[in-house]
Amino acid sequence: MISGVVRGKYSTIPAVLPGICHLLRKWTTTTKNHLRVCLLQEVIVLIEMNNVSKTYANGVSALNNIDILIEKGEFVYVVGPSGAGKSSFIKMIYREEKPTEGSIQIHGTDLMTLKEKHVPFLRRKIGVVFQDFKLLPKLSVFENVAFALEVIEEPKDVIRRRVMEVLDVVRLKNKARFFPDELSGGEQQRVSIARAVVNNPRVVIADEPTGNLDPDTSWEIMDILENINRNGTTVLMATHNREIVNAIKKRVIAIESGRIVRDEMKGDYGYER
Amino acid sequence: MKGRTLARHGKEGLKNLGRNSWMSFASVSAVTIMLFVVGVFLLLIVNMNSFISSVEEDVEVQVYIDLGTSDEEQTELRQQLQNLDHVDGISFVSKDEGLDQLIDSLDQQSGAFESLRNENPLNDKFVIQAEQPQQTEQVAEAASDLPYIDSIDYGEQVVEQLFNVTKILRIIGLVLVVGLMFTAMFLISNTIKLTIVARQQEIQIMKLVGATNGFIRWPFFVEGLLLGVLGAVIPIAAVTGGYHYLYNNYAEQLSIDFAEILPTYPLTLQISAVLVGIGILVGIWGSVTSVRKFLKV
Ligand SMILES: Nc1ncnc2c1ncn2[C@@H]1O[C@H](COP(=O)(O)OP(=O)(O)O)[C@@H](O)[C@H]1O
Ligand SMILES: [Mg+2]
Repeated sequence: MISGVVRGKYSTIPAVLPGICHLLRKWTTTTKNHLRVCLLQEVIVLIEMNNVSKTYANGVSALNNIDILIEKGEFVYVVGPSGAGKSSFIKMIYREEKPTEGSIQIHGTDLMTLKEKHVPFLRRKIGVVFQDFKLLPKLSVFENVAFALEVIEEPKDVIRRRVMEVLDVVRLKNKARFFPDELSGGEQQRVSIARAVVNNPRVVIADEPTGNLDPDTSWEIMDILENINRNGTTVLMATHNREIVNAIKKRVIAIESGRIVRDEMKGDYGYER
Repeated sequence: MKGRTLARHGKEGLKNLGRNSWMSFASVSAVTIMLFVVGVFLLLIVNMNSFISSVEEDVEVQVYIDLGTSDEEQTELRQQLQNLDHVDGISFVSKDEGLDQLIDSLDQQSGAFESLRNENPLNDKFVIQAEQPQQTEQVAEAASDLPYIDSIDYGEQVVEQLFNVTKILRIIGLVLVVGLMFTAMFLISNTIKLTIVARQQEIQIMKLVGATNGFIRWPFFVEGLLLGVLGAVIPIAAVTGGYHYLYNNYAEQLSIDFAEILPTYPLTLQISAVLVGIGILVGIWGSVTSVRKFLKV
């Protein structure tokens, strides 16, 4: 069932592996074998969705029977027309929304059975970036990034060190004391990326991160996201930016009317403006 | 919880207070008024209770003797009274001594009563002490069957009246306090609701980066707690200061010969503790309701 959509760097590994693991989870009595297969799977698979559907409370069906596997270290674009369900797809991953049907595993965590009180710990493995940055206007750049570590109660010295490290990655070390309204849009987005990656998440998911930015600035942002990806963090980004998708070739998942209509390893944007 | 986290929650809670300073002021005022009323009524009720128990300890049966009773008959009556159950002691008070006592107890205005000495309206009486204060009524009833008695009085009315006054005070106090408490609670909960709305963006980001719900809630509990505690400051000062002043300047006027008002300490300390406690309770109560309702974490 899911084997059909398995793609990625590890194409030499049998695509049926997750499927086997899935079956074993259901039927195995020999925990040992179960563990062996699933450990192998956990090394490779970061996000696994099986038959996921989402119908909102108002009756709108945003996602239909989504099957997907995303491996560790991948860079994935999610494209599709407005209202296709890209944001809904992303929200499933950080458990902003819960599927009405199907199952989702993130890094071995089953989101369907995950208790509310454990959601914060899932979120610590996921960095989220939005089109509108979501920075706190009264905090400086440093404080905005440090905020993500303070609220998960990291020690002060760790916070200082990590924040300066990521500000270096997004090339804003020299603006640590600035406030958001003293920065350009691109700089603000870089702060928000810094905040997303400051606690070393497994995956960064970005919902139209360049949506509010001019082309030049958008390339800067892509540069930074690629950098983060090169260091081993999985990046998943929903985008409308045709030039970027066509120039920086990555895996492309196209969603239309809540269904995956295309999933290509080095895909094109594939839509006219 | 780590000390540093606690400090953070405290700091955030304080910041919250400043964020909606007018609503915070309104909440603190409501708590202040409520606690002031609680304080005043507590002082009244505690003093009434102490009055009642000293009156109860002191009650004696006054047996007024018929006017025409001869000395022999008086001796006979005394003997019979002596034989009643639970009688501890009997003393004879002549009508002249009775008048002296009365005029003494009325103190400064006594001049007006001096004229009574010419035509004493009182009766001679026996004053009986029961073995136990609770047996007073029993002794009085047994005595009422005896001859040569004009009337019997045993402070029952005083005790009952004090009880009634206290009961009414309690009811008025309770109604006022419960009403004011809900008002204060409502205002606190609304203040915190406003803070939550004002901090919505921050809360959203906190959730996004994996702050636990407990962590997000704490500053709002602190805010409620501070509103309650701040509201207790003025009532404590007013109640303690006012009572201290009353006690030092008017203790005698406020006492009825055998029953005195209670000394300032430790009473005001205890009441202060009660006021802070109620303040904290109302503050936490207000924050719990609004956090539960408005902070969908
Ligand atoms: N919270 C919600 N409640 C109800 N309907 C929603 C909600 N969020 C999105 N939708 C609907 O779901 C569909 C997919 O929306 P979305 O995932 O935001 O698409 P995209 O991000 O691709 O533009 C749309 O029809 C949208 O109106
Ligand atoms: Mg969207």
